Amino acid sequence: MTTSSNAPAIETSVAATGLRKSFGGLKVLNGIDLTVETGETISVLGRSGTGKSVLLKLLIGLEKPDAGSIQIDGQEIAGLPMQQLNEVRKGIGFLFQQAALYDSLTLIQNVEFPLSRHTTLPPGERKARAEELLKRVGMSSDAEKLPAEISGGMKKRAGLARALALDPKLVMFDEPTAGLDPVTAAEIAQLILDLKKAHQITSLVVTHDLRTARTISDRFIMLHDGNILVDGTFEDLERSKHPFIIEFLKDAS
Amino acid sequence: MSILFAIPIVLAAVAIAGTQPFPAASRPAWIALAVDFLRWLGDLGMFAGRVMRSMFTRSFEGAEFLRQLDSIGSKSLPLAALAGAATGVVLSMQTRDSLTRFGAKSMLPAVIVFSLIKETGPIITGLVVSGRVGAGIGAELGSMKVTEQIDAMEASAVDPYQYLAATRVLACIVALPLLTLAADFSGILMGWVADTLAEPVSLRLFVNKGMTGATFNDLLPPTLKTAVFGWIIGMVSCFQGMNTRGGTAGVGRSATSAVLLSSLFIILADVLLVRLIIVFFS
Repeated sequence: MTTSSNAPAIETSVAATGLRKSFGGLKVLNGIDLTVETGETISVLGRSGTGKSVLLKLLIGLEKPDAGSIQIDGQEIAGLPMQQLNEVRKGIGFLFQQAALYDSLTLIQNVEFPLSRHTTLPPGERKARAEELLKRVGMSSDAEKLPAEISGGMKKRAGLARALALDPKLVMFDEPTAGLDPVTAAEIAQLILDLKKAHQITSLVVTHDLRTARTISDRFIMLHDGNILVDGTFEDLERSKHPFIIEFLKDAS
Repeated sequence: MSILFAIPIVLAAVAIAGTQPFPAASRPAWIALAVDFLRWLGDLGMFAGRVMRSMFTRSFEGAEFLRQLDSIGSKSLPLAALAGAATGVVLSMQTRDSLTRFGAKSMLPAVIVFSLIKETGPIITGLVVSGRVGAGIGAELGSMKVTEQIDAMEASAVDPYQYLAATRVLACIVALPLLTLAADFSGILMGWVADTLAEPVSLRLFVNKGMTGATFNDLLPPTLKTAVFGWIIGMVSCFQGMNTRGGTAGVGRSATSAVLLSSLFIILADVLLVRLIIVFFS
């Protein structure tokens, strides 16, 4: 494993090398190398079940890699004690595929949840901050609703507000537009773009929605059978002669 | 000896609960079952260690603990009181006949009171609360697990062992002795009602007769032993819930296994605790 002595340059937000992960006998990731520069938006593409979500969970420490190194802002997180890992996590926002809002809490309580635990803001300011975040994602009028009372697209927006609560510099999106109609998907994509412009957030997006990926991404990674087939621009993807990529682009267009 | 008889029951319960997939079919079934059980027990032990550690940290979730105390304690009160009341009535009806036969009818209040405070009240409370609370915790945490809410909590640097498990376990530990007292009280009260309907006797006389010879050692250790039942209900249910796999079917399995396993462990723990109480408090 790489140690902090050969840490990458400061402008690298995420650097993963030789990442391997298996579940039982099933190899999901087969030695992945990945870097995300600060301010960059990267989309990880691939068929369902190719380990895209597993990759994100490894990067935030929800799963442990079988082998390999993961550095967030130069700090190795594989094998990091929980307390230090949590310090790293405070700087990362994570939007889950189904938003994963706490269903016993209202939307505003969901957004306040990380604020109440990791900031010293008094309750009034905390609430004001949560309201501002919900307003930013266009959900201010639904602040007192429970997650069960809102649609899938609204859940994603509220989940995004919660992910941004601690002003993260890096945000990971797990299928941000999956299961949404094209109009709502475009709205979510626009939100991600706005965030990037307004706050220079580094984004790592896992998706199989090529249209959204093209709208928001600077760089693309195509994952297939646990390996990276292409790491480059959309033109690099189009130039690829790999049959899977040709098929993927044909089906997605 | 009863512990030895209980081992195969627990083994079977773990298998039925389906918390772990069965290992390779090439192994004899009983070895596979034993390996499964030991693995489950080891995981439960590690889980319990982590939860207990997180109970004694500075940032304990006081507000969530109080919310759980209300949900687990206050909301179980009617059930515990009803179970205690029914037990009191049944004890009164069943023992009246037997005691009359032996010419010991005047012992009826003492039989009801001693039976309730020493054993029936605590065990009935433990079992009915394990049914209500165990299923609730198993299903709630199970559904949070399968909808990635627990992952979301971890991703936002909040320890789910502290926020979800420690608060529920502590609420169970605190609530069970209080619920037991409520069950004892309603059991004695309804035991008197049943008794006085058969043969009128004042409540004062009933209680006086019932409490003759009773000491704090008859009440406190059996009541406080239910804190251990609370620990078992909380820990086993949180463990089953937070280890849920397999979508909504898995949530159902977790709820069922939480009740099944916590009830079984309560019965086993009761055997040990009664023995300890007899040794140290008789």
